[in-house]
Amino acid sequence: MSNHTIPIVREQDFILIRSHIQELCAETGMNLINQTKLITAASELVRNILNYAKSGKVMMEIVSINARQGIKLTFTDEGPGIENLQAAMQDGYSTSSGMGLGLPGAKRLVSEFAIQSAPGKGTIVTLIHWKDGH
Amino acid sequence: MEKIPILRMGPFLLVTIQVDLYDQLALNLENDLISSISKTGAKGVLIDISALDIVDSFMGRILSNIASMSRLMDAGTVVVGMQPAVAITLVELGLKLHGVYTALTIEKGIALLQQQFTLRTSGQEEDTSSQDE
Ligand SMILES: Nc1ncnc2c1ncn2[C@@H]1O[C@H](COP(=O)(O)OP(=O)(O)O)[C@@H](O)[C@H]1O
Ligand SMILES: [Mg+2]
Repeated sequence: MSNHTIPIVREQDFILIRSHIQELCAETGMNLINQTKLITAASELVRNILNYAKSGKVMMEIVSINARQGIKLTFTDEGPGIENLQAAMQDGYSTSSGMGLGLPGAKRLVSEFAIQSAPGKGTIVTLIHWKDGH
Repeated sequence: MEKIPILRMGPFLLVTIQVDLYDQLALNLENDLISSISKTGAKGVLIDISALDIVDSFMGRILSNIASMSRLMDAGTVVVGMQPAVAITLVELGLKLHGVYTALTIEKGIALLQQQFTLRTSGQEEDTSSQDE
């Protein structure tokens, strides 16, 4: 199955990312609410990359297990990494003037969420949202 | 530089957001709104977001900021036209729009602001300016 990687350098890059996610949503037949949740989560992660790592990239693909289809997004950056990952996953924790909802909120919005990060090692966030939203 | 237009509607201001807010655009909007409120003495701000198919935590923070700044200038804020999928997503994201009223249509938003305005000017003793829930 084809995948697609788009660099994240400026805020405007989100426009292209969003339209590609929308295409994948149409291909899998994901409904509007699940599509909105996935794109909102993606927006949070794109803003994090721009705010904290300056640049990065996202890989977007359709995945399936048995007959179950979903969309997988992998956000990768080589920024400073996250020192206290446990804290960063808490609602309201922010090292900037943010609302501290990006990571925990994105986790709530999608079916599967994984984050790998260490100081000096960059950050990788992987999301999977299954078509049925579960 | 892109700019979000601010229209005057009687005692209120109408802002229609049709593009994603990025940092500079959002800051400009906050500043433009503040100067518009002080120039026109507007009693309320309507923010139409019916064209937005997502609202993330950054945009939510901007909406809350606008509401608290307007309140300092004695003007109410109503967000109108939020799409149902956006509303559902905001709840799960965990975003609470403090001090922001919502209405389905511009007409209903205006009615809400008029109601607040009458309350505030009816000469009652109690302080009705607090908008938190
Ligand atoms: N890609 C990243 N690289 C480095 N640090 C990050 C990254 N993403 C998130 N963080 C850290 O995790 C914290 C929480 O992120 P988030 O939940 O999105 O809230 P906010 O962005 O509002 O601060 C951030 O304040 C930041 O310190
Ligand atoms: Mg964030």
